[in-house]
Amino acid sequence: MKGYNFINLFKGLGLFLLQLAVVYFIVESGLSAGAKFPLVILALGAVVFVSFKLDCWKEMAVFGMFYTIIAGFLMPVPRLPIVNETIRNQYFHVAMWMAMVIVLFASALHAVKYLRKGDLRDDILSSEFANLGLVFGVLGIITGMVWANYTWGKPWHGDPKQVSAAIGLLVYFALMVLRSSFNDDVKRARIGAVYNLFAFPLMIVLLFTVPRMYDSLHPGAGGNPAFGKADLDNTMRMVFYTAIIAWTLLGVWIATLRIRTRLLELKVYDVL
Amino acid sequence: MAFAAQAQNQGIEMADTMRSNGKIYVVVAVLSIVLAGILIYVINTDKKIKRLEEEVENK
Repeated sequence: MKGYNFINLFKGLGLFLLQLAVVYFIVESGLSAGAKFPLVILALGAVVFVSFKLDCWKEMAVFGMFYTIIAGFLMPVPRLPIVNETIRNQYFHVAMWMAMVIVLFASALHAVKYLRKGDLRDDILSSEFANLGLVFGVLGIITGMVWANYTWGKPWHGDPKQVSAAIGLLVYFALMVLRSSFNDDVKRARIGAVYNLFAFPLMIVLLFTVPRMYDSLHPGAGGNPAFGKADLDNTMRMVFYTAIIAWTLLGVWIATLRIRTRLLELKVYDVL
Repeated sequence: MAFAAQAQNQGIEMADTMRSNGKIYVVVAVLSIVLAGILIYVINTDKKIKRLEEEVENK
């Protein structure tokens, strides 16, 4: 292929294998469960950061996504009643929600940057990441409903987490509507950014705080945080954390394509 | 909660049949093909945008 540097493939593969090694060593270490989760996040965040610097994050995303599918179906999972094999949906439904949270955080971050510097590029990044967050969120709700249909009996139960997630998505849909109501770029960016900064903490509270307070069919309710011993074993952790990174990076890649197109439009129309 | 038993609990239904007759690989193959298709589209779009960016840069 013209102009493609194949070294990037090896860099991407190397960093992807590094992800697996990092997760393996942290998960198999003797640390408490409470220490493992933040440590894995920090370590994988560092690997992703390096992949951006080495410009091989797209390759790493490709390896990660194929791994999610292949290992997701072929590696063993705990034999649990009710969920049976569908526990593998963890690598899709749950991983996409986590990816959504990461992406919406990036959106809020760029909203802050825009308010501080007034650079419209930050507004483009913020709005495209919010769009991506919505896509992940809608896919997450739909996959969750399919999962619920086969394990809980029907697709919608008014379960606290389902309802909170739906409210969170409506809040971000409202952001889209709000933005589209402006003709002036600067006003749209400024008001959209302020709303974004309300929307993100609200989404966090809705997804992580509110459901914990109620009894629910979702794991992680009634006061017990999820991802404990009953929900996820070490073999699943080997796929789950990498899957989150893979979904996030694939989504970010597609978002950057949209962002670059919008930046091109700005350049071309400003010149004309 | 005795559910998360470590020993192989053959009483819980899992997709053992599909694994033993190799049909699980059909699932993996189909999803991999779909993923490959999506990735090819994304890669081609990426190349197209890169070409446009270079054109705009060189003007």
